[in-house]
Amino acid sequence: MSNLLNYTLRIADNAIILGQRMSQWCSNGPTLEEDIAMVNISLDLFGQANGFYEYASSIDGNKSVDDFAFLRSEREYFNNLIVEQKNGHFGDTIVRNFLFDAYSVLFYNKLSESKDEILAALGAKSLKEAKYHLRHSSNWLIRLGDGTEESNIKVQKSLEDIWMYTGNLFEMDDIDNELLKSGIAVDNSSLINDWDKKVNEILDKAKLNKPEDCYMQTGSKKGLHTEHLGHLLSDMQFLQRAYPNAKW
Amino acid sequence: MQNGSTNKIWELLNTVPDPEIPVISVVELGVILDVKFVDNSFLIYISPTYSGCPATKTFQDDISTCLKENNIHNFKLIIKYDPPWTTDLMTEETKEKLMKYGISPPSNIVVCPQCKSEKTQLISEFGSTACKSLYKCINCLEPFEHFKCI
Repeated sequence: MSNLLNYTLRIADNAIILGQRMSQWCSNGPTLEEDIAMVNISLDLFGQANGFYEYASSIDGNKSVDDFAFLRSEREYFNNLIVEQKNGHFGDTIVRNFLFDAYSVLFYNKLSESKDEILAALGAKSLKEAKYHLRHSSNWLIRLGDGTEESNIKVQKSLEDIWMYTGNLFEMDDIDNELLKSGIAVDNSSLINDWDKKVNEILDKAKLNKPEDCYMQTGSKKGLHTEHLGHLLSDMQFLQRAYPNAKW
Repeated sequence: MQNGSTNKIWELLNTVPDPEIPVISVVELGVILDVKFVDNSFLIYISPTYSGCPATKTFQDDISTCLKENNIHNFKLIIKYDPPWTTDLMTEETKEKLMKYGISPPSNIVVCPQCKSEKTQLISEFGSTACKSLYKCINCLEPFEHFKCI
């Protein structure tokens, strides 16, 4: 697999996996408006994933968008570990999405300056949507953190539980470094200061404490995942696996 | 087979309504970036709106149907992500049509389409379609939809 293909899949996989997670809220949202909001976010993410998979498909030549989405096993997925974490309760979802959205806005902002024209165009398009996804998760985090005593305790715990998956977002491996040299990839490690700033700002408003430095789980760039991804894929890929080549 | 008159194509495209908001055409929506005539075929460049908008597929099908019905078969629809689609592409006339239809058009000051009051309040950034958010008018108390600015 070429570096560019691998890199494109990492971006597409983040979008589809978080999109799948958000779709699991469909009909389960805490209010009707929120149900609609989460499913809309899911649709945006699926749309973004589609754009990146189309590009991946044009690089690979033998695989279609559906092949990438539905016929790869977990070891062939390269999404960041944080997006595959379970929805849990509403606060868990909001915390996970906020930490990822804050990264996503910074990432797409840089990707829109990539020397690869297609990645740059897809980055610029995704950035517009990532911005309102971040507003959505930030506003909820503030409301929950600065809400009742119970909601504050719950989201503080959500934050502690998921923190170990945030380090993975800023890792750089050989593929990243190679593509960074040619001006294609984003330097993830350079995003951490701005991410910290955003996270501190919102946690402050939400009256939440930033978790202390801890062990950070790694592995996604090699296709090593937490146990949750396999379960998610078995659900998402069921139809294509049971009825190969089924079409709408 | 049509010769290289792209004007005719623009005219036809202007009759294809947005599947979700039928009062405006796909041209008025701003998704048609360009029409070119190259090697005996019309190249129609389309910029998708919101990534998740299911109507994107529908209006491509609608465009194909409309052109074929008018006996034009030598065309290709090409999706182009650059420059990204933005609500800035809508003309004042288009915004006026949306307002009359009951959808508050994209703008920094959100105006109630019923009573035209500027005293409005956001209920949710997400609405019935990918392009809309939910608002409430403080003046007439009616809920309404606002076309999101992107």
